[in-house]
Amino acid sequence: MSERYTITEASVGTLLQALTSSGQRVLGPKLVAGRIEIAEIRTLADVLQNGQSVVSAKGVVFPKVERLLKYRFDGKNIALEDVEPQAQPTILLGLRPCEARAFHALDVVFNWDSKDKFFNTRMANTTVVGLTCTQADESCFCTSLGSRPDDTQGSDILLSPLKAGGFVAEVLTDKGKALVALAKGILQPPPIRPDVIPPATVAPAFDAKNLQQKLAAKFDSPLWAEQSLRCLGCGACAFVCPTCVCFDIQDEADTKQGQRLRAWDSCGMRIFTLHASGHNPRDKQSQRWRQRVYHKFAYYPERLGTLGCVGCGKCSRACPVDMNLKQHLAQAASQG
Amino acid sequence: MEANIYKPYLMRIATITDEAPGVRTFRLEFADAKEGEAFTFTTGQFGLYSAFGEGESTFCIASSPTRKGYIECTFRETGRVTSSLADKDVGDIIGFRGPYGNVFPLEKWKGKNLVFVAGGIALPPLRSVIWNCLDLRDWFKDITVVYGARGVNDLVYKHELEDWGKRSDMKLVVTVDPGGEKPGWTGKVGFVPHIVEQIAPPATNSVAIVCGPPIMIKLTLPVLAKLGFGKNEIYTTLENRMKCGLGKCGRCNTGNSYVCKDGPVYTLAELETLPAEY
Amino acid sequence: MEALASKAKELLTAGTVKVVIGYGKGTGENRRPIFVRAVERAGDLVVDTACTQNLATYLTKAEVRALGRMAIVAIPSTLRSILQLAAEKQLREENVLALAIVDGGVRELATFDAIEEAVATIPDAIGEADQKMIDKLTAMSVTERRAFWAAELGRCVKCYACRSSCPMCYCERCTMDCNRPQWIPVASHAIGNLEYHMVRAMHLAGRCVECGTCGAACPVGIPVHLLTFFAEQTVRRQFGQKGGASAKLDYAMSTFKPDDKETFIR
Repeated sequence: MSERYTITEASVGTLLQALTSSGQRVLGPKLVAGRIEIAEIRTLADVLQNGQSVVSAKGVVFPKVERLLKYRFDGKNIALEDVEPQAQPTILLGLRPCEARAFHALDVVFNWDSKDKFFNTRMANTTVVGLTCTQADESCFCTSLGSRPDDTQGSDILLSPLKAGGFVAEVLTDKGKALVALAKGILQPPPIRPDVIPPATVAPAFDAKNLQQKLAAKFDSPLWAEQSLRCLGCGACAFVCPTCVCFDIQDEADTKQGQRLRAWDSCGMRIFTLHASGHNPRDKQSQRWRQRVYHKFAYYPERLGTLGCVGCGKCSRACPVDMNLKQHLAQAASQG
Repeated sequence: MEANIYKPYLMRIATITDEAPGVRTFRLEFADAKEGEAFTFTTGQFGLYSAFGEGESTFCIASSPTRKGYIECTFRETGRVTSSLADKDVGDIIGFRGPYGNVFPLEKWKGKNLVFVAGGIALPPLRSVIWNCLDLRDWFKDITVVYGARGVNDLVYKHELEDWGKRSDMKLVVTVDPGGEKPGWTGKVGFVPHIVEQIAPPATNSVAIVCGPPIMIKLTLPVLAKLGFGKNEIYTTLENRMKCGLGKCGRCNTGNSYVCKDGPVYTLAELETLPAEY
Repeated sequence: MEALASKAKELLTAGTVKVVIGYGKGTGENRRPIFVRAVERAGDLVVDTACTQNLATYLTKAEVRALGRMAIVAIPSTLRSILQLAAEKQLREENVLALAIVDGGVRELATFDAIEEAVATIPDAIGEADQKMIDKLTAMSVTERRAFWAAELGRCVKCYACRSSCPMCYCERCTMDCNRPQWIPVASHAIGNLEYHMVRAMHLAGRCVECGTCGAACPVGIPVHLLTFFAEQTVRRQFGQKGGASAKLDYAMSTFKPDDKETFIR
């Protein structure tokens, strides 16, 4: 049985202070110059009850640039230097439940047989405090994937907003308990009958299991060419996405030394699969669009036991040509 | 410190052999002898080879796991990394990460005839398994190798072809494309698929291992089918653009398969379940 | 818009064009690019103040060109893009029909000359807010300007939405894609971001038609269009040439004439 507490509005400031004075940084979706970004949360006013950050919080555990190795050239020899990921203990506060769920999709890839210490170190140092959504927009589709705006999966603590102000906090994991220990005296006993603001209603647009079945027979369908006619092949959808994990490895060096970096990459880009010989297995945008859909909704569930999408809709909002994933997927799931 | 899965072994280039125009073989020794002693791999597996400062490139391990103390790779100078590797000298250090990928199932082939069919620069992946099989000779019945290239100069492992040709425990047929022969050429002239058809290796109790440019594979598979080779008896090894080799970066994902984990060795039956995106 | 729908119907029925590239209703209040091929879908075409994206980028997209002769709903910046693409030999007159949205109506412009005439009468595109920002940036010291762009570009994730949405970035192999040598670092660190945007601005100098689509496309709200606007204005000031003014331009940055005022090359 999970522990519950009340966090009053008045105590949020003190709570944040207690957390940051223990060496943690507190990040979360915050309004910065008119955009919602993952930024430092300092006061109650910073916490956004609703609204999606443009870029996901995955950068906390999988940064857009990460150094994997360093090396020095020494005549004929190479001196290799291993890299230890510097992970400042981080609390993600006020994360949407869909984003909280996304860390699992990253985890299954980074720990598939071999263990990626960069991701693991950062993830071990991150505590996720989710915040239930009381509003959604036309791009959201968590309910089509078997989730909901008050899903507890992936959160160490899940907050639900009370009608009278403040939050109910449900502590779900040991990491959540450790956070509670830092807040001794600040958290209040739980309400007997918490009067929470009801979570948002998100009508399902399709069913993920049904979609996966339909995809099995649709590989050669003209649907993909039709849907991707307007797709420009940029990486906006992949980079804002909390579950997209495809990356590039690049060496940068001068005559004395160098480093090997990991950088975000996108299967939507033409050169993603380009061979040095010039052969490109996915030379058409329709093939790359199809790959995106199949990787997330067919191959991930088949191979890794989880969907490669959480229905947050960030991709649709970020797309410069309005490729609305919910609509595209609903179309794929409904046709024959 | 936790193990860094992206950190390569340091390898010293022990010998360099120029196989054909633009094609080179490196014999690599582990800079750290202890690492070399502990290192094992199984035939079929590949690695990511670093030209530090430029990047990594994927090649199969072209030597046999039965030969200890070194590994070999053969590559063609094509892009940024291979050009940098081609510039290196004996004694230079490069990187190697591996072994990755799945293996040729030699245990399954015990007691069978083996037919290897290779074209051009695709002999290297098969060379490892051919040597491995020759080193375990009594596991198998007849071993036939059909190898062809565009022209005489393009044949790789020329010295080994000579040695294999002299062995009595295998049959080697070397061919060049029509027009690729030189005066004094005693091998065959003809495209690899035609030569396979001519030789007509029997399919009963046999396994075929095919590797070559897409066009060669495309035309050889029907020949093998006609001879009676079933889809579970034909093996190939794929090449896909790779970066991590560990199933994480997503680049080699084809259908629900990751070539770096589920491959690069596939039977024809397995290959046909995948979309032709390789 | 009635006039547009009936014009599209007419063109598609007669087979004059195989596709009408235009704007359709998107998510919420958004508009999205649509490609009308069936006559019964002509009514999907929308024209209003929310239609600001420059659709000319599709005129060089292989999958769209493969559909056949194209008509394109053309806002002023799209008309300019057509001329610039023509000047750079990326478009043939017979392959594109511009449906200019002018004076609340639709005008068919079938030749580059006709488009040039129309463009000459349209006032310059840069909005007040953008011009104010350019003036503010120009007035800054180098240190202030560097700090401004470092802060803005810090958000860049190298998604290339800007490059992909720009009609003039049609190169099949962009500088960024070259790795021999790797001119510009791929990764999205400070140098990787700065160098990419600087090079793109330079490559757009004199070619940018000031549509602002790149800045609108940026998912993290970086005003990258200001960089290309500035490069374009500089070329105009120094060489008297404007992007998208004519289909017969000798591009200032790659043309030398003996009577050029610069003497360094002599």
